[in-house]
Amino acid sequence: MLRRIGVKSLDELYSDVPESLKLKKPYNLPSSQSEKEIRDFFDALGSQNRQLKCFAGAGHYDHYAPAVVGSLISRSEFLTAYTPYQPEISQGTLQYIFEYQTIMSRLTGLEVSNASMYDGATATAEAMLMAVAHARRRNRVLVSATVNPAVREVVDTYARYHGVVVDTIEAVDGVTSREDLDAKLAAGDVAGVIVAAPNYYGIVEDYSGWADACHAAKALFIMNSVAIDLASIKTPGEWGADIAAGDAQSLGMPLSFGGPYLGYLCATKALMRKMPGRIVGATTDDRGNRVFVLTLQAREQHIRREKATSNICSNQGLMALYATIYTSVMGTKGLEEVNGLGFSAAHYLAEALTETGKMRLKYPDKPFLNEMAMTADFDLDVFFAKAMENGILPGVRIDKNTILIAATDMLTRDDLDSYVMLVKTM
Amino acid sequence: MNREFYSKLIFELSRPGRRGYSLPSNGLGTAVNLPDNLSRDTALDLPQVDEPTVVRHYNNMSTNNFGVDTGFYPLGSCTMKYNPKINEEMASHRGFKSMHPATPAVASQGSLMLYYTLQWMLSEIGGMAEFTLNPFAGAHGELTGLMVIRAYHNSRGDVKRTKVIVPDSAHGTNPASAAVAGLEIVEVKSRPDGTVDVDDLRPLLDDTVAAVMMTNPNTLGIFEKNIPEIASLVHDAGALLYYDGANLNPMLGVARPGDMGFDVMHINLHKTFSTPHGGGGPGSGPVGVRAGLEQFLPNPRVVRRPDGSFDLVSSPDALGRVSATLGNFAVAARALSYILSLGQEGTMMAGTLATLNANYIKESLKDVYKLPIEGVCKHEFVFDGLADKSTGVTTLNVAKRLLDHGYHAPTIYFPLLFHESLMIEPTETESLDTIDEFIAVMRDIAREASETPDVVKTAPHNTPIGHPDDTEAALHPVTTFDQLSTTKD
Repeated sequence: MLRRIGVKSLDELYSDVPESLKLKKPYNLPSSQSEKEIRDFFDALGSQNRQLKCFAGAGHYDHYAPAVVGSLISRSEFLTAYTPYQPEISQGTLQYIFEYQTIMSRLTGLEVSNASMYDGATATAEAMLMAVAHARRRNRVLVSATVNPAVREVVDTYARYHGVVVDTIEAVDGVTSREDLDAKLAAGDVAGVIVAAPNYYGIVEDYSGWADACHAAKALFIMNSVAIDLASIKTPGEWGADIAAGDAQSLGMPLSFGGPYLGYLCATKALMRKMPGRIVGATTDDRGNRVFVLTLQAREQHIRREKATSNICSNQGLMALYATIYTSVMGTKGLEEVNGLGFSAAHYLAEALTETGKMRLKYPDKPFLNEMAMTADFDLDVFFAKAMENGILPGVRIDKNTILIAATDMLTRDDLDSYVMLVKTM
Repeated sequence: MNREFYSKLIFELSRPGRRGYSLPSNGLGTAVNLPDNLSRDTALDLPQVDEPTVVRHYNNMSTNNFGVDTGFYPLGSCTMKYNPKINEEMASHRGFKSMHPATPAVASQGSLMLYYTLQWMLSEIGGMAEFTLNPFAGAHGELTGLMVIRAYHNSRGDVKRTKVIVPDSAHGTNPASAAVAGLEIVEVKSRPDGTVDVDDLRPLLDDTVAAVMMTNPNTLGIFEKNIPEIASLVHDAGALLYYDGANLNPMLGVARPGDMGFDVMHINLHKTFSTPHGGGGPGSGPVGVRAGLEQFLPNPRVVRRPDGSFDLVSSPDALGRVSATLGNFAVAARALSYILSLGQEGTMMAGTLATLNANYIKESLKDVYKLPIEGVCKHEFVFDGLADKSTGVTTLNVAKRLLDHGYHAPTIYFPLLFHESLMIEPTETESLDTIDEFIAVMRDIAREASETPDVVKTAPHNTPIGHPDDTEAALHPVTTFDQLSTTKD
């Protein structure tokens, strides 16, 4: 090979790299490990984690994924392909993205979905950028105080560097204040309004009339939801939202300590050409087949370069496939049943915990789906330590006395009762 | 890959009443009893299918696809390495798979140690002080890196630095990331060999420049020899130098961006460290910084305590937060598994072997394809179409004809410096046999182009589908099955 290239040594391939820059000694890395040794290393590392019964949510949930999901995901034709630049040999990827777009459109009740985003928080930040680009001269965005704080922090970060002003719509009693919305919209400089359904506290808020109020002020109405919840709660489309953005990890993806997850972004047809990311469209080929291609690429970064309003140049392909297979195998009934199991478990737990006299709902009388904020009369540090000793991750701590507790189809009645017993000992 | 097109959509296989799942009962019911005005009103129409139908559907659909596991994928700039299967198993290891991201540090030491170990290894390979694994992809890494740079300047009260200098040959994401980060883009010209023109750069550097973004080797696969001079010019002007890690692969075992004078960099784990591309994602774009910039990395950071335990910290100096969690953990797990399997020996050789393969292909084909830049390239190189342009056969035609022969096409019409760019990157994971077969096919196509040009111009002939009508797709966008059904009626 060297002879054909016309060099005498491998070093000569790097004769253009100044000697002063070259590595003087090998990387300080362990020597090559066999598969068995790698496995042993991961086993040892994994044993440092505690496997806990999960009552934590806050945007990411522990659901059961049918075996067929993991099995099909590992098809290497899906796994080891890249972005479908060559549609003639990439119809598999393009077909499932088209299916995914259809499913997300039906779940959110909005007409168009892109091919997916990194996660729910960045999808929401992209929705914010979309609203600002759409509004042109107005660059203030309102975000409800009841949106998940991690999502708000990501939106704030994107906004700060992009020169967008983010204002918080206050919350009263766990729900977004309509009075505060109206007051802040009145300034006339708002490009978009971001709310959550369900909100961070698990509450399903009533957004009647919100879309009209936003539209009257020429602002886009943006909703952030947990994807699976949309099978049961009123959808962004039904509320009159312009954009739906959120996390779809709940559709079959393992928790994996934070990722990879899946962000979804759906919008009305009027906003289609303002959407970031890839979009797959149907067309025909010269043999008369119905086929699929990446389309509307004039929106994208590699064409617009410095005029781009998003730098997204990929999607979460494989995670979109997770969501597509999960929703296909579960169907509407399956999704409703998963939500129903979470609903019944969460309400049973809330009631039983209240009966202990040691915990109570932070926002009683507010409707919730499968997650609720509860205030404890005892020291939550001690409770967390004790719960984890007993194999339970009791939730997500949101302040000194309050804990966010989620219930899913993974919990049995015994699991719920164990939680209650634990609280009784506090 | 099958050459027959499997064309169905899951919605077309749906039959009322079919189901493919089973769920446990918790004995408490399966109804959602929310008030009517808060409940979904519109019926949700999802597929009703049994398990065998789902399995056959997606298995058949997958055979329409070409992946690295199907064959050679010389897609320039994308570093399509073989993805070892052990990495997949480690990514879904039961010790990590069900860990909730909000698990307190005391119960997630294994996951945090995995993160910390990879952060440390990437710092060693990049010549940086610290890495964050939070960014989800290369473009997200660029955005994060530019935010680090802005946070640094802002912390010094140096707020007038609003420009970023980007070579005209840069990946399209560079200017787009800068725009999203609120920076103004200034292009610096390339010389004919694609390297940055230092004389053109010098007058652009003033106290309004926040950063210069570079890829080294550049998008033509040429090493920027003047990088020490560029680094000192940039630093003298008070700006920082950003390394786009898209082309890091050939530098493995040779030179580190930190030693070249770069202050901030990102690495695409899905390229250099062989995590599968997944049809477009998930990737991972860790960002590294030199000493003195660590506090600006996004929250939260994984740190090691003096007692050897691992913890998460947030800093008020940080640029903010770019992800709700610690990024794509399972992708990091694959990359760690890959680095462990290569070890010190393998990582030291990887870059050189990638460069060897690229130069071998280049020298074997340059008599029939036009090589605009002579000399040794790094991991990839660009042809400006066929040497003989008289046949009218274009780069697009050559790319499509390669599909007929069971190869993925190279990157085409990028970089924009040549009209007929054909960018080839073989990576180090291909055998000499594969590379020789590819060379033979590329030569066959060149011969065909002069003997039977129509065969090449009308390619592909042997793919699951023919040439799609892109114009129709963009003129009348149909992006869901519901729109498809409406259009038909």
